[in-house]
Amino acid sequence: MLEPVKISLEALNLATLMPMLIAIAGGLIILTIDLIKDNLHKSLYVMLTILIILIDLGAILGFSGNEKGFFDLMLIDGLAVVTQVIILIASVLFIPLALTSKRFHEYSYPEFFALFLFMLAGLQFMVSSNNLILIFIGLETSSLALYTLIALHNRANSFEAAVKYFTMGALAAAFFTMGSAILYGLSGSLELNQIADALQLRLGDAGILSLTIGGAGFLLAAFAFKLSLFPFHTWAPDVYEGASAPLAGFMSIVPKLVAFVVAMRIFEMFIKLNVEWVQMAILVLAVITMTLANIMALVQEDVKRMLAYSSISHAGFVMAAIAIATTKANSAVFLYYGLFMFTNIGAFTMLWVSRHKHKIHHARFDHPYEKFAGMIHIMPMAAVVMALFMLSLAGVPPFSVFWGKIYIMSSAVDVGMTWLAIVMGLNSAISAYYYLKLIVYMFLKEPTTELNTATVYYNVSKPLMTILGLTVFVTVGSIFFVDPLLEYITQMVQVSGY
Amino acid sequence: MEHILSILIFFPLLAGILGFVVDKGSARAYGISVAAVEFLLSLWLWVSFDMNNADMQFSEFIPLISQFGISYNLGIDGISLFIVLMSTMITLIGIISLDEEKIDNMKNMIVSLLFLEMTMVGVFVSLDAIMFYLFWELSLVPMLYLIGAWGGPTRVYAAVKFFLYTFAGSLIMLVGMLAIAYLYHLETSVWTFNLLDWYQLDLSVNLQYWLFLALFIGFAFKVPMFPFHTWLPHAHGQAPTIGSVILAAVLLKMGTYGFVRFSLPLFPDASVEMIPMVTVLSIIMIIYTAMVAFAQKDMKQVIAYSSVSHMGIIMIGVFAMNAEGLTGSIFQMLSHGMVSGALFLLVGMIYERRGTKLMSEFGGLATVMPVYATIFGVMLMASVGLPLTIGFVGEFLVLLGFYEVSPMATIIAGTSIIIGAIYMLSLFKNSFFGPVTNEKNRGLKDLNGRELTALLPLVAIVVWLGVYPKPVLDPIDNSVQKLLKDMEYKARTVEAKETIISIQRAKEEK
Repeated sequence: MLEPVKISLEALNLATLMPMLIAIAGGLIILTIDLIKDNLHKSLYVMLTILIILIDLGAILGFSGNEKGFFDLMLIDGLAVVTQVIILIASVLFIPLALTSKRFHEYSYPEFFALFLFMLAGLQFMVSSNNLILIFIGLETSSLALYTLIALHNRANSFEAAVKYFTMGALAAAFFTMGSAILYGLSGSLELNQIADALQLRLGDAGILSLTIGGAGFLLAAFAFKLSLFPFHTWAPDVYEGASAPLAGFMSIVPKLVAFVVAMRIFEMFIKLNVEWVQMAILVLAVITMTLANIMALVQEDVKRMLAYSSISHAGFVMAAIAIATTKANSAVFLYYGLFMFTNIGAFTMLWVSRHKHKIHHARFDHPYEKFAGMIHIMPMAAVVMALFMLSLAGVPPFSVFWGKIYIMSSAVDVGMTWLAIVMGLNSAISAYYYLKLIVYMFLKEPTTELNTATVYYNVSKPLMTILGLTVFVTVGSIFFVDPLLEYITQMVQVSGY
Repeated sequence: MEHILSILIFFPLLAGILGFVVDKGSARAYGISVAAVEFLLSLWLWVSFDMNNADMQFSEFIPLISQFGISYNLGIDGISLFIVLMSTMITLIGIISLDEEKIDNMKNMIVSLLFLEMTMVGVFVSLDAIMFYLFWELSLVPMLYLIGAWGGPTRVYAAVKFFLYTFAGSLIMLVGMLAIAYLYHLETSVWTFNLLDWYQLDLSVNLQYWLFLALFIGFAFKVPMFPFHTWLPHAHGQAPTIGSVILAAVLLKMGTYGFVRFSLPLFPDASVEMIPMVTVLSIIMIIYTAMVAFAQKDMKQVIAYSSVSHMGIIMIGVFAMNAEGLTGSIFQMLSHGMVSGALFLLVGMIYERRGTKLMSEFGGLATVMPVYATIFGVMLMASVGLPLTIGFVGEFLVLLGFYEVSPMATIIAGTSIIIGAIYMLSLFKNSFFGPVTNEKNRGLKDLNGRELTALLPLVAIVVWLGVYPKPVLDPIDNSVQKLLKDMEYKARTVEAKETIISIQRAKEEK
């Protein structure tokens, strides 16, 4: 006879599921509303989504770290809390961008918002677990939702982007499974901390090290796809180009940060086990990624593609922090993305503001550099705002990205990797060229095409202006936010033991 | 007013932001009034400055990012006081000299000049490495716009080159600063970027050596030292007059100031060890650029290269490691700022009239424009270093100081005065003396009121400080003595202790 299984409700700790459940319930509510009444305006769904995200945020802020639930399947530690706070804030900034003055196809479907919330739930699951299976499920849920969101943009190159992303994502998922399988074979567990314990004991045995490296290699390849690291980065520019500008901005922040956190959990386990190969491999990937993407960005003719390559380069920067693997470096990852988020979403919002239904400036590109030529003469404010974002991305102090940059560089110097800090410095200098190129076009060139307020401010509306104002405010005033932010992040990272 | 330094930084910033609202036609008047108020504030700073105190004064300290040791930390001593004064004065004079009819988009120019003024003052009063770096980098942005928007035909290339060179150099410098902060953290387990705290840090000679090099790259690009100087001729060649004036007068000084404020007191041993390298580079810079200047056909390029050549004199003065040399080199920074600023203004004025800067186009200007020729002559003499002008004092002190380090190098550097006299006088002879060769020059008007207002104060200062430099030299000397004393105290190697001659030692020897 089977033993009765006894589960106490307290051991389940259902509270740990709350944040994700809020997002999922929110998505279902939106679908239900659509079922009951057709043709409601998108503004209703936008506001509902924002409210749901805010409730979610409230639920997250209730956790102070290291809560476990569902037989230790769920783990809401400091990392999980910080990441979720950042991705939810990014979502709050992203969603109002649907309220353009012109009508865009995808936002008229309530499914867009439901899918978005499901994606958020997936991402939240991904960061709040130590279990490879749950991470995998979160990864797939969020990715599938994201592919659909991209395709909803309803343009030929959006479909191309979605299919490309999907194919690459499937490949990455396969790598992830293979890597997990090898680790499971070695340790008999899918929990990262148990894997670490088991490997600790067996690492000295013959043949185990090479198998571990094999498993780590597969996982690294999987994350390199997600994080668009060299040589798995080729999908990124096309996908960014195909996706709508806000979604591209969102993709350059949120899924990447989540992947970084999971990478932090997985690879720092290997680094702490003294598997030096992993650290070397990550460093090599990071350095090649930031350099190569920078060089590719130099030759782009389209601002959006340039920003795509620049995001890859920034990801390379942050990946180096994963290899450094100190508390300071791990805090730097969050500081970097927490500040980079505002600048990058702001920059993509500027592209979104100026996005035309038709490609009136160039046969292929929506945002060629020429489109911005001489903007200072016609729209000084817009030009100044865009220039601020560009300077921030280039790492000019005191704008936001600079603080993330020096914190990562400083943590590289701390562990004796001065060469890495110098490589980062030189890369910043290279990257300054292509950001300056846009500034040069905006400030120093005469308008080539018939530039007027109507063609550049095509999409502008009050919500978009609000988001722009917020992002500019944080980008410029970041010097005052860094201190509290850093304190919070460091405390949370320390609590989780990273 | 305890927060005078903060006011000096944020007043131009605020005025710049508000300047967006000011009407185009009134922009120049607005700029002049703001710059005048700023200049008066800095004069007030001078008046209330305690001349007998060699330490930092008017200090302000607010922690900004306490976890990482970054703070808002300001202070001023004899070394930086006059450079701040010069920055505010050159900005004022530069704005006065602007011609409303010739410059379109005056409002944008005024706004960027005011932003530039903020960053210049900020660099010289910051005592926190990150604050210093912040203003240092930020100063590139308005300059980029000034060159790129109002410059010559290849202005965009020149502007971007200027930005990228200095940006790349300063990122290496940033890595050096982060390393110093880390080393300080190792010693005391406190994170700080406070320069005064860093002065207490005792570093091994080997570490000093590497950190010196890291900072050297950042500063050398700005000065610009010999192999890193290639951006400057482009920048000067393309920049509008006001851009060249501020670039030569103030922005280049940031580099030499950085050496005095960071490299010397932080790495005394490495600085002494590096004297030969710096000397060789500086001598090459002095002689080579002087010769290049002689070969130029364009008046502005002559002055641009001569200005680089004089920066070389400042550099060897900084590395003389004694009071005469250092005081002289800081004085020379001021004199170079006034004189090259004035010369660029003068060339700009003739360019506005004739649309060319080629020397071959001119001749006999002295008969057509006597006042212009006189002022040009005075500035030229000051640039060459004629006694009783401001140029003589600094140059003489530098050479006197450096003689103790290396007589040979001093003699070679001294020949630059002769070369300088040759190219400057030949410029003067070709353009100003003799008969009027070009008919177009016959109708040129002499200086008008606006131009005289800009130039006469400079002439007065050039003569005044040439005759009686004491009020400026004394406070500089005070702080320099203290700097040398600290350096000597901190130096580890015997060689360094012997090379650094603070006044105490000099007295003992007597």
